[in-house]
Amino acid sequence: MRIGDNEWPLEQRPGCTPVWRGRVPAERLPALAHDVRGCGGQLTALWGSDDRHLGGGFAIHVAFGIPQGTAWVSSDLGAEAPAYPDLSAVFPQADRMQRAAFDLLGIVASGAVDARRWLRHGAWPEDAWPLRRDFDAATRFEPTLDAYPFIQVEGDGVHEIPVGPIHAGTIEPGHFRFSVIGDRILKLEERLGYTHKGIEKRFEGMTAEEGARLAGRVSGDSHVAFAWACCMALESAAGSPPPARAQWLRALFLERERVANHLGDLGYLGNDVAFGIGFMQFWRLKEEWLRLNARLFGHRYLFDRVVPGGVACDLPAGAQAALTDQCDVVAMHVRQLKEIYDEHAGIQDRFVATGIVKPELAARLGLTGLAGRASGQAVDARVDAPCPPYDQVKVAIVTHDHGDVAARAEVRFGEVFESLRLIQELVRRMPAGPLLAELPTAAAGAEGLGRVEGWRGEVLVALRMGADGRLERVHAHDPSWQNWPVMEPGVLGNIVPDFPLINKSFNLSYSGQDL
Amino acid sequence: MTIGILIQIAQTLLAVLLAPLLMGWVNQCRAWLQGRSAPPILQPYRTLIKLFHKDAIVAHGATPLLRFAPYVFFGCMALAAGIVPMVANDLPFSPAADVIALVGVFALARVFMALAAMDIGTSFGTLGARREMLVAFLAEPALLMVVFTASFVANSTQLTTIVEALAHRAFAIYPSLAFAGVAFWMVAMAENARIPVDNPTTHLELTMIHEAMILEYSGRHLALIEWAVALKLFTYSALGLALFMPWGIAETGNFAAMPLAVLALLVKLAAGGFALATIETFLAKWRLFRVPEFLGTAFLLGVLAMLVHLLLEV
Repeated sequence: MRIGDNEWPLEQRPGCTPVWRGRVPAERLPALAHDVRGCGGQLTALWGSDDRHLGGGFAIHVAFGIPQGTAWVSSDLGAEAPAYPDLSAVFPQADRMQRAAFDLLGIVASGAVDARRWLRHGAWPEDAWPLRRDFDAATRFEPTLDAYPFIQVEGDGVHEIPVGPIHAGTIEPGHFRFSVIGDRILKLEERLGYTHKGIEKRFEGMTAEEGARLAGRVSGDSHVAFAWACCMALESAAGSPPPARAQWLRALFLERERVANHLGDLGYLGNDVAFGIGFMQFWRLKEEWLRLNARLFGHRYLFDRVVPGGVACDLPAGAQAALTDQCDVVAMHVRQLKEIYDEHAGIQDRFVATGIVKPELAARLGLTGLAGRASGQAVDARVDAPCPPYDQVKVAIVTHDHGDVAARAEVRFGEVFESLRLIQELVRRMPAGPLLAELPTAAAGAEGLGRVEGWRGEVLVALRMGADGRLERVHAHDPSWQNWPVMEPGVLGNIVPDFPLINKSFNLSYSGQDL
Repeated sequence: MTIGILIQIAQTLLAVLLAPLLMGWVNQCRAWLQGRSAPPILQPYRTLIKLFHKDAIVAHGATPLLRFAPYVFFGCMALAAGIVPMVANDLPFSPAADVIALVGVFALARVFMALAAMDIGTSFGTLGARREMLVAFLAEPALLMVVFTASFVANSTQLTTIVEALAHRAFAIYPSLAFAGVAFWMVAMAENARIPVDNPTTHLELTMIHEAMILEYSGRHLALIEWAVALKLFTYSALGLALFMPWGIAETGNFAAMPLAVLALLVKLAAGGFALATIETFLAKWRLFRVPEFLGTAFLLGVLAMLVHLLLEV
């Protein structure tokens, strides 16, 4: 296919989401990256695999988001001293993914500026590579102390505030190193990876059903998105699309997940500026929302409702009316709360011009998903590369170009209203038919990729099957990979007590990217 | 004299014992106003009991200052509670300190807490102490302006005389006290770490002011601090009532008025607590660098109050 000015050896694969698949020599990767950059694309994900048991060496895989869909490109690297040219010079978001790929597999991004370890944290020896196939996952190591060289800021009156990984509240672990003068932030450096638990290794040898269950647990707040992306990849590998009704129900679950998270986040944004009413009222709405999930579908967070081949439950009797009515009620309450947020001088003073990520910066660093849309990046997988049913139920994309906390709140409000509308339309037009199509056993070596717009951004699962329909290599990618690094420049010039608010307005996942 | 001492002890005990109740009441009002079911009004007492039963963990390398500071804090607040006329006006303690010394007692407590916060050298303690001092150095002059205005009205810096002048002489309207009252409210919000200056319920360590200073405390030390915080709110409220709404405080030597005075105090505190919760519910926390503007306004209002007094009331 043609990307930019050059022809690249990519073929479109069958599946619900448009995917072009191909292999290029490793030394050609930067040129491809340049071409993708040239046509307005972004690097979405980067991961490695150990293919030595297939007679090859290691491989590096890159998923690019291009206007036509997803380009999944692989390069074979040698079995000894595997290396590929650095891509972070073209796409800065590749930096941490490259470092993680090195920690897990020992494949080197030659020429990369930042070669510090990312995931290891002293949990395994420097020369052990836990994602290689000859690594025994049962091996236990004595954890060692791991000095991480943070970038130092020096000068008169500059001092450092280390925050986390243990915080005063019950939140996920992450370390933030602030260099400040007084309360003004000169530099922020993040260090993540504290919740690395070897999920990608765990996938090896699982059945399709087990794999989908595990994928859904990568980041609990995006369960439906990950489970759907994994099922989409499995169905693509098996060459068997799910029945239409199942796809519509999946979209219904996905939109309900989106609304639940947005309601929670809007409440938290109120809480972080000590506006208790907003917190309590949004969380009341969220609680009622989750209870209806439990009543209709059997799980508050819709866990394991999306299964390979279809969905695990149907709309029960009376569900149509219950869902439609709830959307009306929630829309009314959210409209009232939005008016309060919009007209509250104290809230607006905190939200407006706090944590600005300008559209140019967002484009350069590859900011994606909800945060990207608040910074003028009109990217939404439901619109750009719609999989059924989004090809029939059109989504109105919500964007904003101020890129501050207020913009991210505004996009959330817009998406809540849009999702409420979508839910009503999905329920009204839902086609009849079976819920589940038996998934044929995929051939060894079959590949699949699923891409779903979760509430946080595009979730991507790529996989390759092994023998007996078991999984060989699964990579689950959370949009937090792209968005975490953008927060570092996003908080510059702000004051330390505004950081929690900015952080909450992004609300990125730790578990989802530490894997 | 013995009766005076008994009343003095009774009033201080009343303040110390009722302070958590006021805190519980404010929390309850806040919950109601936010539309959720409230924790029991006695919850702060349970928290204190729980904390007193826990072991106090002290960091390695802490100096005795760290253990010592909660007692100083609590002691200062108990002393202040003894000075401010709450139910009776002829307390033996009152001549010991006038209103300026009272401001000094609050400052002493704060200095000890700030020093203790910096004692271990964690970044949050230092951060909190620094912010606390930022708030304090702006709040104190504003508070002094307020008490000066009241002193001008009563021609004395003795709280007893001020209360006597305002409550028991012929009723007069003082426009200056309206300005001073607003300024006092603003200072009280800042000094007691309430919204919009600080958020007493936050778990976000980077946004904390008061809470950041006491992050290292646990067990009985934390209990004393929490109790002293409640006592501070109680004493500040009582000081505000003494300065601006002293009606009901028993006159010198009038013991019969004492039960009524206690009742009046409770009613006024309940109303004040509800008002505090209402204000907190409607406000969001301000950006930290807005706090100087907030307290600058308080200072300005204090000055204005004094000018109004000099222009209109002399």
